[in-house]
Amino acid sequence: MNGLLGAVVDGILYSAWLFIIAVGLTLIYGVMKILNMAHGTFYAVGAYVAVTLLGWWFAQGLPPWGIVPVMILSALVAGLVLGVVVERGILARFAGRDPIVLLLVTYALFLILEDVIKLIWGVDPWIASDPLWVFGQVEFGELIYPTYNLFIVVVAAVVGGLLTWFLQFTAKGKILRAVIHDPEVSRSMGINVGRWNLIAFITGSVLAALGGAFTAPTISVVPGMGVEVVVMMFAVVVIGGLGSIPGTVVGALIVGFVRSFAVHYWPELEVFSVYAVMALVLAIRPQGLFAGVELRKI
Amino acid sequence: MTAPIIAAKGLRKRFGAVVAANDVNVDIMPGTISGLIGTNGAGKTTFINMITGYLQPDEGSILLEGGEIVGLTPRDVTRRGVARSFQIPQLFNSLTAVENLTLAEAALRSRGFAGFAMLPDSALEKSARATLERFGLERFGDSLAGTMPEGIRKLLDIAVAMVARPRVLFLDEPTSGVSSEEKFPIMDRVIAATRADNMSMLFVEHDMEIVRRYSDRVLAFFEGRVLIDDKPDVVMNDTQVRTLIIGEEKAHG
Amino acid sequence: MNRTFTFLPPLLGGAALIALIAWFLPSWNFVLAIGLAKGLPVLGLVLLMRGGLVSFGQGLYYALGGYTVGLASQYFGLKDAAALLVISAIGSALVAFVVGLLLSRYRDIFFAMLTLALSMLLYGILVKSTELGGTDGFNVHGITLFGIPLTGADRMNGLLLLIAVCVLGAINLGLFGATAFGRLLAGVRDNEIRVEYLGASADRAVLIAYVLAAVMAALGGAMSGIIVGHIDPEMAFWATSGEFVVIAILAGTGGVLAPFVAAVVLEVVRSFAYQYAPNTWQLVLGLIILALILFLPQGLSGLVRRGPRAVNAGEKS
Repeated sequence: MNGLLGAVVDGILYSAWLFIIAVGLTLIYGVMKILNMAHGTFYAVGAYVAVTLLGWWFAQGLPPWGIVPVMILSALVAGLVLGVVVERGILARFAGRDPIVLLLVTYALFLILEDVIKLIWGVDPWIASDPLWVFGQVEFGELIYPTYNLFIVVVAAVVGGLLTWFLQFTAKGKILRAVIHDPEVSRSMGINVGRWNLIAFITGSVLAALGGAFTAPTISVVPGMGVEVVVMMFAVVVIGGLGSIPGTVVGALIVGFVRSFAVHYWPELEVFSVYAVMALVLAIRPQGLFAGVELRKI
Repeated sequence: MTAPIIAAKGLRKRFGAVVAANDVNVDIMPGTISGLIGTNGAGKTTFINMITGYLQPDEGSILLEGGEIVGLTPRDVTRRGVARSFQIPQLFNSLTAVENLTLAEAALRSRGFAGFAMLPDSALEKSARATLERFGLERFGDSLAGTMPEGIRKLLDIAVAMVARPRVLFLDEPTSGVSSEEKFPIMDRVIAATRADNMSMLFVEHDMEIVRRYSDRVLAFFEGRVLIDDKPDVVMNDTQVRTLIIGEEKAHG
Repeated sequence: MNRTFTFLPPLLGGAALIALIAWFLPSWNFVLAIGLAKGLPVLGLVLLMRGGLVSFGQGLYYALGGYTVGLASQYFGLKDAAALLVISAIGSALVAFVVGLLLSRYRDIFFAMLTLALSMLLYGILVKSTELGGTDGFNVHGITLFGIPLTGADRMNGLLLLIAVCVLGAINLGLFGATAFGRLLAGVRDNEIRVEYLGASADRAVLIAYVLAAVMAALGGAMSGIIVGHIDPEMAFWATSGEFVVIAILAGTGGVLAPFVAAVVLEVVRSFAYQYAPNTWQLVLGLIILALILFLPQGLSGLVRRGPRAVNAGEKS
């Protein structure tokens, strides 16, 4: 029973974590048609900035309740700086290229940023686990979780809620949906597509960094930590359908629960199971579960 | 009486509320050249798309020399001897004209295990250059298809289609987007090549002068139906055709 | 057939040059061997790129080749390199054919992502199964070729075998470029609608290229296992496949010699870089790729989109 409960709770936590980061990836793809291979590295940068600021916060003896704002600030700083520099400095120069060429550009970015991280933070692990037990603990039967771990679910819900509200219920959101649907037509209607690209990219970067910032206290922050994350995120967005936000929710739940159940019941299938599901979905529906079918036109 | 090479019977096709084909019946006789006219949305391109396997008709049958071809893919229809050109030329844009034709020849020879046989460059290039000469495109042999003038692209698109050695050829607006002085030379080349290979050909055209001069017979489409199917002079003088199609074409320039 | 074989003289010259370098600078033969072994999967990748396809999962077959050697020698006592290479090639061709039936329907990002997922699938199996050595992999000992030792003090023999495998692989792909299927790849990249309307199957051309690329990658992995004497799951990890993509971009789709030149040069530079600039090596690599994509005429032309003439054969005429 505890096994099942544990698998379910872990599945929820893991799905929430996947959603925050993956929705950034899918947002960037939806607007810019760029699948960002450096997304996991953005996540890592968010984690590094958070550990750095948290270390400073605790060194100053500042009150522990302040760490949530600190982590959000870390994500905003990391995402904003990365987003602006990368989009304006690099991606804008490759606008309009083949999707596959853009994929290679972001792969180059991945290589560059992985080294930039090492240059700034060195190669030794950074650890800031203080926040983990600051908020006490929660018990599910015999299972004990740090309350902190549950924050991720709140963050995911807030992120999902804000995005849905913005896209569905605001005038700006309507414009953004038009850009996602057809950039060319939007441009001809006088919409500043370049500006929306920047906004989407910054938002996506902030979301990746946010995922990294909230994860940072639970792990040791080391070079290369984003490498496996990015492929996991690919699995989520590809299963859900590239560019689809509801699809990302479903993709995150599928990957989150598949992995969690694998870890609890068949640990040797942990990595295998996620990609097996992804391959299966793609084999049946190449466009993912939620994206519309595009017909080639002669 | 000879049998038609293509016999389309009772073709119907809807796109939502739009009826693009409403009981279309067309016979194409071997060795004939047919002009197809009609206003935009009359179902001309839909007709070609249904015959060449790009669209499946909702109802109806298409016989190629007596064999059903509805349900076949474009690839299979092409393999049975039907080729086409496109309103927007479908070329290999990063390759030269010679390479486009070379690739077309390779495509023709890639059916089954024959595709593993090596094709000598010299022979391929020689036949590509001969084809270019036939269409008066020698000058463009080494130009990239993506950067050629539209008229040249149209002609190359047709030349590439003919490499598949079809028995029936469909041309979707071979002279649209081409200056009026270029139109007649293009059609002269195409018709000469068609006649030389004893092909049947059907072309969609908006310029009535072209239709009158080059067609053995003319089909007029209107709202997804065949309005009339007869000799060019008869069709051109038909009252309905004059008001519904030719008048409209003039009004839209 | 004249132009079809123009790639032969530089290829044989290059092979002789590498052998000579290794002969006079024996301390380099390990680095050269790794470079050449990586050149094989890159050779296959370049073939796929000619069709506009980028695989981020060639590590799948690299690992398959390596593990075939490792498992067959460890559990079945098969120590002959020729037999091991043949088994690797056939095994990976079979896997690639089945997988390729599914993959050949995909293009662009989806092809890239699906190949990546499949290699991560194998990675997932390899790291978690103790019978296969888990994360550490295992050592491969004492592989010989008809009794001739290939490793340790006799590594030069191994390198010569590897050079021979590379030359054969290059010739094979060079000739494939002149076949109808090989020529079709440029058409698949440029305009599939026209390919289908010429009566040819784009998917089949992709499938054949994919199988050939897989065999090349497996041979590379097998030779790497034999010469390095060790195999581990990293061979299937996506970063390994990513490295092949990087080398392929550096090589361009110009010819069958370039992948090996790029791979060897990169490996040599890397051996210095690890010593003097361990933390900026990837950074420089990334910048070079960006510059290549940005400044080459028509973008990736020499890379994904090839310039004129190149359709004539596997080599520029």
